[in-house]
Amino acid sequence: MNLYGIRAIYKFEMARMKRTVMQSVLSPVISTCLYFVVFGSAIGSRMGDINNISYGAYIIPGLVMLSLLMQSISNASFGIYMPKFSGTIYEVLSAPVSYVEVVLGYVGAAASKSVILGLIILATARLFVDYHVLHPFWMVSFLVLTAVTFSLFGFIIGIWADGFEKLQIVPMMIVTPLVFLGGTFYSIDMLPEIWQTISLFNPVVYLISGFRWAFYGVADVHVGVSVGMTLVFLTLCMTTVWWIFRTGYRLRP
Amino acid sequence: MQSDISVRHLNKTYGDGFQALKDINLEIHPGEIFALLGPNGAGKTTLISIICGLVNMTSGNVTAGGFDIVSQYRKARETIGLVPQELNTDSFETVWDAVSFSRGLFGKAPNPGHIEKVLKALSLWDKRNNRIMSLSGGMKRRVMIAKALSHEPQILFLDEPTAGVDVELRRDMWNLVRQLRESGVTIILTTHYIEEAEEMADRIGVIRQGEIILVEEKSSLMSKLGKKELRLQLQHKLDRVPGELTLEPVELSEDGWELIFTFDSQHEQAGVARLLRTLGELGIEYRDLQTRESSLEEIFVGLLND
Repeated sequence: MNLYGIRAIYKFEMARMKRTVMQSVLSPVISTCLYFVVFGSAIGSRMGDINNISYGAYIIPGLVMLSLLMQSISNASFGIYMPKFSGTIYEVLSAPVSYVEVVLGYVGAAASKSVILGLIILATARLFVDYHVLHPFWMVSFLVLTAVTFSLFGFIIGIWADGFEKLQIVPMMIVTPLVFLGGTFYSIDMLPEIWQTISLFNPVVYLISGFRWAFYGVADVHVGVSVGMTLVFLTLCMTTVWWIFRTGYRLRP
Repeated sequence: MQSDISVRHLNKTYGDGFQALKDINLEIHPGEIFALLGPNGAGKTTLISIICGLVNMTSGNVTAGGFDIVSQYRKARETIGLVPQELNTDSFETVWDAVSFSRGLFGKAPNPGHIEKVLKALSLWDKRNNRIMSLSGGMKRRVMIAKALSHEPQILFLDEPTAGVDVELRRDMWNLVRQLRESGVTIILTTHYIEEAEEMADRIGVIRQGEIILVEEKSSLMSKLGKKELRLQLQHKLDRVPGELTLEPVELSEDGWELIFTFDSQHEQAGVARLLRTLGELGIEYRDLQTRESSLEEIFVGLLND
């Protein structure tokens, strides 16, 4: 295995995070803080508890998940799209690195950045809302698993995209609505029955539900189902990445 | 002697049906400078891209450093350094970081001493902490070469290395390529600057419409296909080529003051003596004469027009 190669890609991507700390870290942290202030402190104080959890605390897992998904996709898609756009991808394609190593480098860095960001947001949330974590191991596991899965998804988008517009379409037009409708700000039990059923087709419901269970022990769906659905999506992404490298789709003509 | 690059029956057809390479066979020997000449779109970059792993081949076999580029791609690619035609660089990286990244990517342990040596050889040492975006085009080209040399490759591909660079830098590049060859690196360069191939190459391959139409030692190519020209500046103007000379390939210049005799540099040395003797017999005097060998460019144009 080309460990130096993986390290080179990983270090390169992490260095980009340092160079763009305003965009990569501060911007999502500030956005999430605004959610905490508006929905957690201002509006949240006038709302009733959900499952005996204060509204401010209830929305924390969903808001962390929102940032985690968006940043994982954005970091990974940008990470692989930029070399394609600038032409520097030639170096990766001509190097003695396997596709597994390429993915480990790019996706590993994107997931690391997202996990770091998620932890920063969690720490920042403490300033606004009091919360606790019932199952820390599962909380970190969900954080990492989701970051890896959606970084893989972002990697696929980065390879598929042939312009900056496409790079933005999936996160903005698909992932954001799914997160907002996936129980970030409410429990799906609060929806009419038909919408509850429709919500179960939203994969983000399972991520947020599982993550919230790790915090408070309450969930919209069973935690085992949440883990299972996340693993299914992870497998789908891994299969797609394998196919991309096997066929050279948009990488090797 | 084992070839550094061996290409056998290589074909490439792109998804849109365009056949870029047709049954290419080519051997590149260790330590040589091989120039691949051809007009734009002839298939030079496709050939290089397949050998370096950027493009998938349709059929055929290619080895680099004795390793199959598909089944033993790791070992094959370790032997290769590539300087692409475009200036594809990470603008925000420093020179040092960019070159170190390349070394790591090719599976080599960090070696600051080697990076320093490469940067010094390319006159980049003073710029090592500069971001690449702040460098001139020529300096960026050097960074590309430094990146390609960072992992100490045995084979270096230079795809149009001096495209768009000024004359001074072009000369510097040529000197650098010679130094690399002296250090044992095999160099394959594609170019459509004939002057470049003429200046540097040991052997020349010509590719046209996806087919290798010729591979030859440069010197033998020039002597085989090269023409020589003898120009005689006359003492007295002529109105036409004398009838006694019409069997020879002799032309009269437009102003009538020069006789131009074109001959094969290998085989027709006798023709010169015959011409001069005939001129003497005809009493045609000349005050000066000069010979000129045809350039590689003229040979190249001739080949492409065949």
